[in-house]
Amino acid sequence: MRTAESITNIKAIFKRELSGYFGSPIAYVFIIIFLLLLGFFTFNIGMFFENNIADLKGFFDWHPWVFMFLIPAVAMRLWSEDRRLGTIELILTLPMTVMEAILGKFFAAWCFIGICLLLTFPMIFTVLYLGDPDLGASACAYVGSFMLAGAFLSVGIMTSSMTRSQVISFILSVVICLFFILAGYPPVLDVLYGWAPIWLVNLVSELSFLNHFYSIERGVVDIRDFLYYFSVMIFFLFVTGVIIQNRRTS
Amino acid sequence: MIEVKNLAKNFGKIQAVDHVSFVVEKGEVLGFMGPNGAGKSTTMRMITGFIPPTSGTAVIGGHDIIADSISARKKIGYLPENAPVFPDMTVFGYLNFCAEIRGFSKRARKRKVEETIEKCFLSKVRFQTVDTLSKGYKQRVCFAQSILHDPEYLIFDEPTDGLDPNQKHEVRLMIGEMSSKKAILLSTHILDELEAVCTRAIIIANGCIVADDTPENLKAKSSVHGTVSLKVSGTDEQALLSSLGQIENVKSADIVDRKENRIEIRVCPRDFQTPIVDRIINTLREKRYEIESLFVEQGRLDEVFRNFTT
Repeated sequence: MRTAESITNIKAIFKRELSGYFGSPIAYVFIIIFLLLLGFFTFNIGMFFENNIADLKGFFDWHPWVFMFLIPAVAMRLWSEDRRLGTIELILTLPMTVMEAILGKFFAAWCFIGICLLLTFPMIFTVLYLGDPDLGASACAYVGSFMLAGAFLSVGIMTSSMTRSQVISFILSVVICLFFILAGYPPVLDVLYGWAPIWLVNLVSELSFLNHFYSIERGVVDIRDFLYYFSVMIFFLFVTGVIIQNRRTS
Repeated sequence: MIEVKNLAKNFGKIQAVDHVSFVVEKGEVLGFMGPNGAGKSTTMRMITGFIPPTSGTAVIGGHDIIADSISARKKIGYLPENAPVFPDMTVFGYLNFCAEIRGFSKRARKRKVEETIEKCFLSKVRFQTVDTLSKGYKQRVCFAQSILHDPEYLIFDEPTDGLDPNQKHEVRLMIGEMSSKKAILLSTHILDELEAVCTRAIIIANGCIVADDTPENLKAKSSVHGTVSLKVSGTDEQALLSSLGQIENVKSADIVDRKENRIEIRVCPRDFQTPIVDRIINTLREKRYEIESLFVEQGRLDEVFRNFTT
């Protein structure tokens, strides 16, 4: 009974948010920038043609960096906007739980990014035309990229719930995303070496979005990588719920 | 009914609402009055489950808003202050969204939305996005949202704020129509509105209830209640005052205003139960004064309001 109701509620919020993206210029601007940036990085910076290898590694390797800036931009409006306009009062007095509202919004944004990812299909055709890439690995990489996007998004939705300013939400979430990208690398680990216990250093390095992303990208389907991404998402969505429950003041 | 039990809310050190309790029965329209910042909106937000109270609770139709929040919220229609509506949605899209969450099946939903659009005079703008609408229309869209599911309990935070006099009249008519079957709680600081639609009024100041009565009884608390105001043609003030003063049951007669050869007087009776109007008319007629106007003061809500809140 309650489950069916939950699904209806999540669906209603999902539809509202998704049409919210496409009802405004945000979606189109975002899609264009996303595709242009990825193309630019892959072909110009990544020197796709000069490498003479017809595979998609040079394409997927850029995803974390493009996501780092663009996903906070997608997520920043999710709660900040409702806070600023006061529509949060409408949402939270409707007969549904905070979690249903959060999930509806989250899935809408995730689905939107999924659509953007699908629109990169010409890349596949390019590579198929030029050579004989491993399609299985490419599919894996797409899935990995989608999971990574979900993790970034959960960070973004959390920062968006903390403030009514979209700018603050954006900056905070870029910083947190950057931390997660770099967690397994010297800039973050160097800070910890020397004083932090070794288990903490290991823990932080295990938190890196990148390591898990690369392992999926290589075509290695390890359940632990998926588990990792889902835990990150569940964790941040849960924190979002706590924040909204506790800050339900004007 | 809506039962508010010892509701309190602290924002840091500030006590916004201080242990407020009251009951709204079906068929009642309770007006919530108070100066800005008195805690009206905060109280309503707690009753609708938007803000968790520091202590106390509200029970809506037998469902506790804290323990059984979803069931309680299903029974409420709520119009928040400033009528926020998603600006990127069309009127139809928005009401359809609300109907979906309110649990109407696809077919019932369409009928319900059409019905509500009709009822709230929104047909002309049904496919316009909300951000292109004027303030009055936005208010009506939000109002429509609150009555869409035909809830038993309605909570309106300043329902006529920002509307023009005609629109205010429309909204009051709608509230009047619904009032017999529902329990309605509305906040306002327009005193005419309170008199026009409410069957009971609560005055709240600094988070506490300072008065809870019908608008008529509240007005009776006014110092001018029961006095007789009259305008009489003539110039001889003293003679007039002394002849009024001799009437039985008249405590005092004072001049309020004088213009050329017209005198305005307020007569205060000794005993409010015994009517004095008849005697005044007879006395003045005997002395051949011409009465231009005469009425018994019902009392002034603004005066009562000031007395309670300052």
